[in-house]
Amino acid sequence: MYGKGLKPLSIATVAMIALSLSLVFFYAPLDADQGFIQKIFYIHVPLAMVALVGFIVGGVFAVAHLRTDNRKWDAYSYVSIHISVIFGVAVLITGAIWAKASWGHWWVWDEPTLVSFLIVFLLYATYYPFRYAIEDRDRQARYASVFAVTAGAFVPLNFMAVRMAQSLVHPRTFATSNGGLPGEMMLTFLCSLAAIALLWTTLVKFELAAKSASGQVKRLRRALDAPVAGGSSRIAPEVS
Amino acid sequence: MTPSRAAFAAILAKDLRSELRTLQSLPAMALFSVTTFVVFRFGLDRTSLSGSLASGVLWATLLFAAVLGVNRLFVSEREEGGFDAIRLAPIDRTVLFAAKVAALAVYLLALELVAVPIFAIFFLDDAAGLGPLVAVLVLADLGLAVTGTLISSMAVNSRARDLLVPLVLLPLAVPLMIAATGATEPLLSLGGPSYDRFGSWLLVLGLYDLIFGLVGYAVFDFLLED
Amino acid sequence: MEFLFAAPALPLDEAGKYVAGAYVVFVVLLVVYVAIMAAKVQRIERELKDVAEIAERNKEQQAAPGREAEEAAPYG
Repeated sequence: MYGKGLKPLSIATVAMIALSLSLVFFYAPLDADQGFIQKIFYIHVPLAMVALVGFIVGGVFAVAHLRTDNRKWDAYSYVSIHISVIFGVAVLITGAIWAKASWGHWWVWDEPTLVSFLIVFLLYATYYPFRYAIEDRDRQARYASVFAVTAGAFVPLNFMAVRMAQSLVHPRTFATSNGGLPGEMMLTFLCSLAAIALLWTTLVKFELAAKSASGQVKRLRRALDAPVAGGSSRIAPEVS
Repeated sequence: MTPSRAAFAAILAKDLRSELRTLQSLPAMALFSVTTFVVFRFGLDRTSLSGSLASGVLWATLLFAAVLGVNRLFVSEREEGGFDAIRLAPIDRTVLFAAKVAALAVYLLALELVAVPIFAIFFLDDAAGLGPLVAVLVLADLGLAVTGTLISSMAVNSRARDLLVPLVLLPLAVPLMIAATGATEPLLSLGGPSYDRFGSWLLVLGLYDLIFGLVGYAVFDFLLED
Repeated sequence: MEFLFAAPALPLDEAGKYVAGAYVVFVVLLVVYVAIMAAKVQRIERELKDVAEIAERNKEQQAAPGREAEEAAPYG
């Protein structure tokens, strides 16, 4: 039952988001160099971190699917990747806004973390056409899990390679690491991180609950020998 | 010879022999590379290349030629029932993986034997950087072979096979390209080869090969299940 | 110690637009997702209604043939 616990989880998420937003705009001090622009950091970086962890979690679920052959892990993997891709879109757009505000360009190749993230996003974006191209559902689930595992291994390697490619001449444009952050900023950042992590978990659970409900309705239809309604997705794994 | 090693040698030999006999992929890959060099000559409006431009043109061309070769890798298996034979044989299925990786690596090296000298003739003023380039080529080929085999073995059972391989393989190959071009650029620089961070880039290439080799080894069994 | 190396800070009114833009993007994406899920829930609701009607019809049919059989062969 995926809906169980969804209500307290969402309440916790809302509370955390409210707290973080208040901290960002009323508590965190203004950055000396970047001024008010720096506030984007509190939404952009947590989204990025949670998305990346989400991709790796998707890979872990995929491993479980390959080992147990239980389809529910495939559904977990699919939804984890799905929500992370959506977060990824938010990361790239907020990153572009931050770049424009700081440098006057909508995209900068100098920022290795943003560039690495773009490459990871491009890879996971191929997850959907990849699944779509494989017709047999069993095979599709298995191959998708292989993809998720391979892509999960790819993430840290990619970040390393891109960072190394940074010319030693250009300094890092914005420090997105949390080393050296003053205490109030660190607290605000951690709260934002917790809020986005909770949001990710809530959305994953929410989507699984909706899929499960759909699955139960199909099950009911089959039990009543009623015609199964058309329009089921070719790629989204069924949950029941 | 253990059964696994015998099987590995047999599959590798079969693939290489078949390619030599039919010459399906290699001439196409070579021709494609040379034509692409010509396109770059006009596209960039340059008759001589060095440093980052040379490195970029060479690796972009090799990458796209590799994608051409990857598509063909498993087609004969699928059409002639090779997958079933492997499934029934009492050997470790990852032998098929290793043999295919080796075959693809050999194709890529063979391609480079033709394409790189032609590249040097077309664009390079000084061929001194080509010697150490071999190390980069070998490591990068291994990496391309591993990920190419993985993706190809999944794509062969899909509908949009020709589209799927370039789509998924290219992002996966990006760190490989970053490291390969990073190592090649100083090798081909105007004043003669330099080895700026050469060791680090080779290390990254080796790490890529190792990690994806392990991943392939771990998951390939699941790809052969019916 | 990482340097926050960037162009000089924009004046507050201009900076505010960018920051607001970033948070607006976040909210919009979230709301779009909620809207898509709402559509899904609507579909589930409709299907459940269909299924409930089918179940009720089946129940009536089970009761009805019982009665007809009795009327047709009351002694056998």
